[in-house]
Amino acid sequence: MIIANGVTKTYGTECVVDNVTITLPAKGITSIIGPNGAGKSTFLSMVSRLLDMDKGTVTVDGLDVTKAPGDVLARRLSILRQDNHMTARLTVRDLVSFGRYPYSKGRLTIEDKTHIDDAIGYLNLVELEGRYLDELSGGQRQRAFVAMVLCQDTDYVLLDEPLNNLDMKHAMAMMKLLRRAANELGKTVVLVLHDINFASWYSDYIVAMRNGKVAHQGPAEAIIRPDILSDVYDMDIKVHEIGGQRVSLYYE
Amino acid sequence: MQPDQSSGIIVASPWYKRFVPSVTLSRPILVLVILGVLALVSIVCFMTLGARGSWSFVLPFRGRKLLSLIVVAYAVAMSTILFQTVTNNRILTPSIMGFDALYILIKTGLVFFLGIGALTTLDTQAQFVVEVLVMVAFSGLLFRWLFLGQERSLHLLVLVGIVFGILFRSVSQLMQRMLDPNAFNVLQDSFFASFSTTDSSLLVISLVIIGAVSVVMVRLMHTYDVLSLGRAQAINLGVNYQRTVVTILVLVSVLVAVSTALVGPITFFGLLVASLAHGLVGSSRHKYILPAAALLAIICLVGGQTVLERVFEFDTALSIIIEFLGGIVFIFLILRRAAR
Amino acid sequence: MRLLLVAIVVTLALAIISLFVGVSDVSLGALLSSSPEDRPMQVLLISRIPRTLAIILSGASMAIAGLVMQMVVRNRFVEPSTAGTTESASLGFLTVTLLAPGWPLMAKMGVAALFAMAGTALFLRILRAVPLRDVLLVPLVGIMLGGIIGAVTAFLAYRYGLMASLLAWSMGDFSGILRGRYELLWIGLACAIAAYIAADRFTVAGMGKDFTTNLGLNYQRVMVLGLVIVSVVSAVVLVSVGSIPFLGLIVPNVVSLMVGDNMRRTVPWVAVMGAGFVLACDILGRVVRAPYEIPISVVVGVIGSMVFLYLLLRTRRHAA
Repeated sequence: MIIANGVTKTYGTECVVDNVTITLPAKGITSIIGPNGAGKSTFLSMVSRLLDMDKGTVTVDGLDVTKAPGDVLARRLSILRQDNHMTARLTVRDLVSFGRYPYSKGRLTIEDKTHIDDAIGYLNLVELEGRYLDELSGGQRQRAFVAMVLCQDTDYVLLDEPLNNLDMKHAMAMMKLLRRAANELGKTVVLVLHDINFASWYSDYIVAMRNGKVAHQGPAEAIIRPDILSDVYDMDIKVHEIGGQRVSLYYE
Repeated sequence: MQPDQSSGIIVASPWYKRFVPSVTLSRPILVLVILGVLALVSIVCFMTLGARGSWSFVLPFRGRKLLSLIVVAYAVAMSTILFQTVTNNRILTPSIMGFDALYILIKTGLVFFLGIGALTTLDTQAQFVVEVLVMVAFSGLLFRWLFLGQERSLHLLVLVGIVFGILFRSVSQLMQRMLDPNAFNVLQDSFFASFSTTDSSLLVISLVIIGAVSVVMVRLMHTYDVLSLGRAQAINLGVNYQRTVVTILVLVSVLVAVSTALVGPITFFGLLVASLAHGLVGSSRHKYILPAAALLAIICLVGGQTVLERVFEFDTALSIIIEFLGGIVFIFLILRRAAR
Repeated sequence: MRLLLVAIVVTLALAIISLFVGVSDVSLGALLSSSPEDRPMQVLLISRIPRTLAIILSGASMAIAGLVMQMVVRNRFVEPSTAGTTESASLGFLTVTLLAPGWPLMAKMGVAALFAMAGTALFLRILRAVPLRDVLLVPLVGIMLGGIIGAVTAFLAYRYGLMASLLAWSMGDFSGILRGRYELLWIGLACAIAAYIAADRFTVAGMGKDFTTNLGLNYQRVMVLGLVIVSVVSAVVLVSVGSIPFLGLIVPNVVSLMVGDNMRRTVPWVAVMGAGFVLACDILGRVVRAPYEIPISVVVGVIGSMVFLYLLLRTRRHAA
């Protein structure tokens, strides 16, 4: 369970994340949605200790993220941000192997190698594993990074807009994979998503943010409703039910 | 040399070969072997070519010089690569950021505030230690401010670094002019980059310092590859980012102080060596890049010095040639980056 | 307008102070109590007046050269020493000194100006190769290009044993200025006046090629005119006093903060402030460590780089 208590971040006079108190359930997929500038990514960065908070605390299974040792947390929680600018020239397999760093500090064991092979297989990267990252397409690189995070084998996996750079097919495959990871491996996946239909289709729990605050939260079916979405995005959004799934339409 | 086999992130063992075509695996090692041979050849040529008179005089004389060149090569290569790893880019180097100008400023400042007596009465080695300590403190502050705050544009950092360098140099010049002309002459002599007249009285203390720094470097070896993934990834993988980065920046300051004290400032040498190393090795793994950069630096300095001194018979021009080539590499890197 | 008058008065006051600062006693009393053939009057005529004129001329024309360059390149952070111009002029002067030592100074200056033009044109050519122009990339490339050209110059000087004289002439210093050794600087003044006459064209060119063409001006011709002005001023100042780093950068930037960017209005400001700034720095350099002098390039280097840093970091806060 991730518990955020009074988390606040201010830049100058602008409060980007404003006193957010929330409990993210363990297991399953939780999506954070909301308009641009709602503070979604900033909030996720603070939960994952990439960004210091001005006020408040975040605990993951009782561990305070600002106080717990880095490597202990790295075995409990992993984070992937959207911009993975990197100058290092590494192969896909090199990159995925770094997922084992919190365990072996660079000296890989047999067990580590099994994890690496599994992660590479899980994301269909077997043919690409010897290629350098700078030779890959954006989508392939994104998959390699996700493989690294999965290889880290943490209970909590936090992803900031994992569908960026992915076309429809790969976006769908990525969400399916995360669903599988949640179902089969019992992971807790927390995502920042822009596409509310992907959120609706694949999430168990949805948090909607607006102006640095949590506007609404609840199970997917409680959030994907015209009145709530219109309130969050400040525009007219219709929700239709097709084959038992809710689809939002907001094109006019 | 680094004990790389034991401390790399992935140990090159047979399973690795299963997945990676053997060509990509052997390239870094092949490059290292070739560079090692070339470095050895330059060293042998440096020691033997054009020697007149008795060997018992020539060998110790040239040996001391060779040793200082190697120390400088090692210090520049290591400090540049580690600095680039920490700052996560291929363009910044400690010298471009004004590090060696800072060292000169500190040295001048010591004379300025303590009087020229400090240069003559204070033991060279004690003086050097004081300079290094002040340098570490200063650069620590500067770099905490520049790198550990919010993210800044690379171009801004480079430009700020260059202008800081000019500022440091101008302030040193100002202080030098404020001294009386005699002290000014004494001091100015020690500041022109020259490989033929390295200060060998500092050699012993430099070797001790380099040895100590290397121990810490090896102990941190396992974090370098992770740091090169960037700050977010490094934290995600459990590295104590702040502490590690500060430690590495301290090491870099010490290394720069050592090389500047021995031969004076050479702005683009590190950049030249690091770019060549990355280009040749192909992989970014530090267990390959660090030794490759060190070997390249040795080849450039020792080999270049041999060629210029024995073949063309100019002696101090090497630093000028390095600045010329390094400047071209720099513009090329900047433009390629911008064109992307 | 009234502010500009104040600036002019302050600059004139500095000029008068400059006349009376130095080792030799040239006070008003000494001048009046001695005949014109005596030492005080001679010092004034041969050394002090030429020196003060040289400071005013080079300060004003370098600052204007910087302004013109910023308009033409459309970047706030360029000036002759951050675009390879000064270094190219230096290379040209060294080359002509090596190949034709007997030529008159005027001809040597001409060669230096030609080199400066070629170097600046190379700089502009490199910039055109960069599709996405970052504001800070431009001075960065310029400084590096200057470094490379400087390395070539140093190599030649080293090879032919001219290292000492290269250092001596490239370091900006007014202490060697005597009557007969500064008159080339009047050419700089002519360039500054030309810049003032063409000010509107530069302002328009500063808004971009399409904009210029739209207004019916020949963009290329304005660029070339700017290039000539900048190169000639840089060469003249380099040959007469040596390089004065960052002068052309900080003065126009400070003026732009004060009165904006319309060149018709800023040229007088830039000229007056440039002259005043160099006068102040030179007086400082003469007073601080009397009887020795601190060269102008050192004083301006310290103050200039601090102001440059301030400008750089200030822009960042703006952007954020």
